[in-house]
Parts: sequence; structure tokens; C-alpha cells
Amino acid sequence: MSDHADFIIAAFLIAGAVVAVMLGAIMRDHGALKRALAKFPPRGEGEAP
Amino acid sequence: MLKYANPTFFLRLVGAVLPWLWGATILTLGVGLYMTFLIAPADYQQGETVRIMYIHVPAAWLSMFIYTVMTLSALGTLVWRHPLADASQQAAAPLGAGFTFICLVTGSLWGKPMWGTWWVWDARLTSVLVLFLIYLGLIALWNTIEEPLKAARAAAILTLVGVVNIPIIKFSVDWWNTLHQPASVLRMGGPAIHPTMLWPLLVMAVGASLLFVCLHLMAIRNEILRRRLRRLSYLAAEAADHVLEPRAEAGA
Repeated sequence: MSDHADFIIAAFLIAGAVVAVMLGAIMRDHGALKRALAKFPPRGEGEAP
Repeated sequence: MLKYANPTFFLRLVGAVLPWLWGATILTLGVGLYMTFLIAPADYQQGETVRIMYIHVPAAWLSMFIYTVMTLSALGTLVWRHPLADASQQAAAPLGAGFTFICLVTGSLWGKPMWGTWWVWDARLTSVLVLFLIYLGLIALWNTIEEPLKAARAAAILTLVGVVNIPIIKFSVDWWNTLHQPASVLRMGGPAIHPTMLWPLLVMAVGASLLFVCLHLMAIRNEILRRRLRRLSYLAAEAADHVLEPRAEAGA
């Protein structure tokens, strides 16, 4: 992979970074929502608190 | 179908299927990357730079597919008032923006060595940039309107207006003289590229689609939890008001 290897590597790294940011944001949001919901008394079986 | 409209059932379903979906996603993307770098040959004109296409093309397809999902969700919000439709639409917008950004950046990184420029105001590139701006506009709209029902309707209407851009993106290379090459996979007469390049591309596209499904389900789950939190906070505030009112009356 000699010609334009830097462009190829940059493309895959940026794509990976964008996916990691999206996944990280969703997981952090999920954690914050679960913590906020845990402050309320639990509801019916099978439902989130 | 109505069973799946129940948010509690949906949360349980997502919890059960997500681990399997993530497994399939990692496996497919792993195989796709292996095929991209170790099996697919270099192009006779583009050389090794063609490997950028294995990430650029799936991202481009997804950017349009996600908008189509949002359009169906918008119809679900406006026509059928499906309880999960707005959650689906709101969850998909940032993912659509993310994949469109990947498409634009990887296209630019391919364009510099191949066309000699990072960007041209070509019909295909410009219409994809417009799609990216529509995604950002929708995200801003949801964040601007406080009332959730009003925000859902406004976003649904804007989404339906913006869908006109999808056929423009798809057919821009046929309707105008563009620097961007015409379709080589999804075209009349079948794919124009060799199977040794087509299969890695298709595997990467399936992997990227599975990745979107995983992220979308996780984001919808968050939207459901956010609505539940909003409702519980409202009920708690209302209960606190009822406790305070008799005291205020007693004080008067």
C-alpha cells in the first residue's frame, strides 16, 4: 500500500473516530438517563425505574 | 405491530437483540476490513487509493438510507401518531449527520489524490452537503422547540420537505455533468465493477448497516428513557404542588 497510504489511513481513522464519538455519546447519555431515573421509586415489573 | 409500539416491550426487545446484533456487526465489519485490505485488488487507474471507496460508498448509501428511515418515521408521527416514530426520527438524525460527515470527509480524502482537489461544487457533492446541513437543521430544530409534541411535528414536516433532496443526490450524476462518477453498483444493467471489488464493498455495506441498526436501537432506547424521565419529573413536580397548596391555603 505505497501510493497515497496517508490518505487511506486518514480516511479509515476519521471514519472510526466518528463512529467512536457517536457510540460514546449514546452510551454516556444512556448512563446519565439511568442514573436520573434511579432517583425515582421503581415502577411496574419489566419497566425501567 | 401494535405490540412493538409499546415502549416497555420495545425496551425489553432491544435488551435481548442488541448483544447478538453487536456480535454480527463486529464479525461482518471484521470480515469486510479483511477483504478490503487483503483480498480486494488495487484498481488499474486509482491504485491503492480505491480502498477509500470501501468506507466512502457504504457511508454514502447509509446517509441516504437513514434519511429514508427518518422520512418513514416522520410519516409515522404525522399520519399514524406511532409512539415510537418520533423517537426513531430524533434518534436517527445525529447518526445520519455522522455517516454523511464520514461520506464527505472520505470523499474529500479520495478526491485530493485522484482529482487533484479536496472539493468541487459538483452536483453530487453539493447535494450531499445539503443533506448534511438538513440533518444539522433538524437536530437544531429539536433543540430549539421546548414543547416535545410541537418539536416532533415541526421536525416531521421539515423531514418530509427535505426528502426531495434524496432523488436529487441519487440522480445528480445522470441529470448534470458532474466530476463525480456515475453509479457503478445500484444501476440498470447490474453492477459495473468486478466481483473481487464488489464483494468486499457489499460486505462493508452490510457491516455499516448493522452498525447503524445497533446505534439506532440504542439511541431510540435513550429517547424512550428521556421521555419517561420527563414524565416522572412532571408528576413529581405536580405532586409537590399538591402538597404545598393545602399549606398555602392554611397559611392564608
